[in-house]
Amino acid sequence: MAYDYAPYPYIAPPGLSGPEPRHPVVIVGAGPIGLAMAVDLAQQGVKSLVLDDNNVVSVGSRAICWSKRTLEIFDRLGVGERMLEKGVTWKVGRQFHGKDEIYSFDLLPEPGHKYPAFINLQQYYVEQYLVERAQEFPDLIDLRFLNKVIDHTDRGDHVELTVETPDGTYTLEAEWYIACDGAGSATRQRMNLAFDGQTFEEHFLIVDVEMETSPFGDHDTPERWFWFAPLFHPGQSALLHKQPDNIYRIDLQLGPDTDPKEEATEEKVIPRIKQIVGDAPFRLDWMSVYKFRCAKLDRFVHGRVLFVGDSAHVVSPFGARGGNGGVQDLDNLGWKLAAVLRGDAPPALIETYSEERTHGSAENILNSSRATNFMTPKSPIEALFRDEVLTLAGRHPFARRLINSGRLSLPCSLEGMTLQTAGDAPVPPGAVITDAPLTGANGDTWLIREVQGQFTLVGFGDMALPQIDGIARIGINSRGDYPCFDATDGHAIRRYGNAHIYLFRPDGHVCAVFTTPEVAAITAAMKNAMGAAL
Amino acid sequence: MILDDKLGQDTDAFYNALMDLHEGLSEAQSHALNARLVLILSNEIGDLEKLKLLMQAAADAG
Repeated sequence: MAYDYAPYPYIAPPGLSGPEPRHPVVIVGAGPIGLAMAVDLAQQGVKSLVLDDNNVVSVGSRAICWSKRTLEIFDRLGVGERMLEKGVTWKVGRQFHGKDEIYSFDLLPEPGHKYPAFINLQQYYVEQYLVERAQEFPDLIDLRFLNKVIDHTDRGDHVELTVETPDGTYTLEAEWYIACDGAGSATRQRMNLAFDGQTFEEHFLIVDVEMETSPFGDHDTPERWFWFAPLFHPGQSALLHKQPDNIYRIDLQLGPDTDPKEEATEEKVIPRIKQIVGDAPFRLDWMSVYKFRCAKLDRFVHGRVLFVGDSAHVVSPFGARGGNGGVQDLDNLGWKLAAVLRGDAPPALIETYSEERTHGSAENILNSSRATNFMTPKSPIEALFRDEVLTLAGRHPFARRLINSGRLSLPCSLEGMTLQTAGDAPVPPGAVITDAPLTGANGDTWLIREVQGQFTLVGFGDMALPQIDGIARIGINSRGDYPCFDATDGHAIRRYGNAHIYLFRPDGHVCAVFTTPEVAAITAAMKNAMGAAL
Repeated sequence: MILDDKLGQDTDAFYNALMDLHEGLSEAQSHALNARLVLILSNEIGDLEKLKLLMQAAADAG
């Protein structure tokens, strides 16, 4: 059944009838990133105003692949379990050349994680869940639909915004302006910021079809199927994903010389789909023809204006690094901005958001560009190498490793960056939390549940952790006067060792490791992670 | 002969560098570059028996 796009109500904002008090945070754009940003801040007691020029969730499924790390972050934000329940869980990708399967990969071959490698879930559901979550904070999140920001000026200690509504325009002031206004960011364009990168000339067609019979055939385990030169679409590539509600995503490479307007018509699309699904009945749910580019801003922090998500960086869709990268952005920024607004950290801490996430986005762009280059050879020699890799892959494992239809999103490491204290451990400083099942006094839980959202010191093995202001403590396989858990099936100890203490940041990244519980060293690492040295 | 992966995490960076090497070349120039590369890599392998097996593996796959 097609998704019901119920519009959210527009309410005339107070700013139309008189000046509003200065807002600590204004978030521009109520897509998944802007909404999650507001929820993250609200959970830390920070008020925000969210402005969106529209009044419905994403039209079309758009971003569908949500990674394990994204789900862990959304778990902290209170929507992870709902997404998991509705979404289609998958972890295996299969690659075909012509009619033959040549390679498959398993993105999460081990047990003991709360969330799977990936779920597929239409962006409109994610936005709906986030809107509903945001509405649970009526005193902290002011969500205004049909409020379009048409101008903004950075005044040094605040930003002035002009907002257009159906009832006229009004002005606002914000201490911080968070631009979550997407790939075509009007904020970025007003500021005339360079958004450089690589543009790809290939056209791709995305089609969502609803059908009862699975196009995966008898093999109806949801997976990611990718074809190079399939028989049903000669000479080009194709990608198939399953979404909830019996909706299947089909992504077809069309080549550089096609006319996008002509291709995105039912007359052209239906015969293409029939080539794939045969005579099985289907309904076209959504389609789009697109070209893409890989580009990013040099810096994500410009005075009081902060760029988060697609407004800061765009990638090709192969690898699911767009939306998932954006979720890691807000996870990185949320605790820093809250700490600065509370006066617990210097404003310079915000600059480390740019340091850490420009690095993450560069890594995403590198992976995404390489995949796109492999999939869309630019010259006859590139096509020749690609085809010979596919030929060799039938027999030789080394060639299967070279096949690149997208290296799927993984969180980047922040090792060696300003806020981390160097050290050596099974999960080194900079790395993101690896989940593990735990058993505690109140039953079963997960490491991601117990650690994220505040600075947390975790001792693995029999040791006593000191009490330090501003740092939560938990023990694994130990006993103390603070929450202690057993490592269910030994997973946590296998992943973290049994003689290390880890200091996790609120976003789940390890910022320091210790072998002895020395208060001075732990306090110094915590201060460093809060930007004391900046 | 079955050839296992030896490049590991560097696989994608290697392939990218190889494509970059060919960027802007005509087909004839690329052809010549490939020939030079085969000769250079063969010398680095430096083992005739192994080279014969590798040459055969390439011929068999075609």
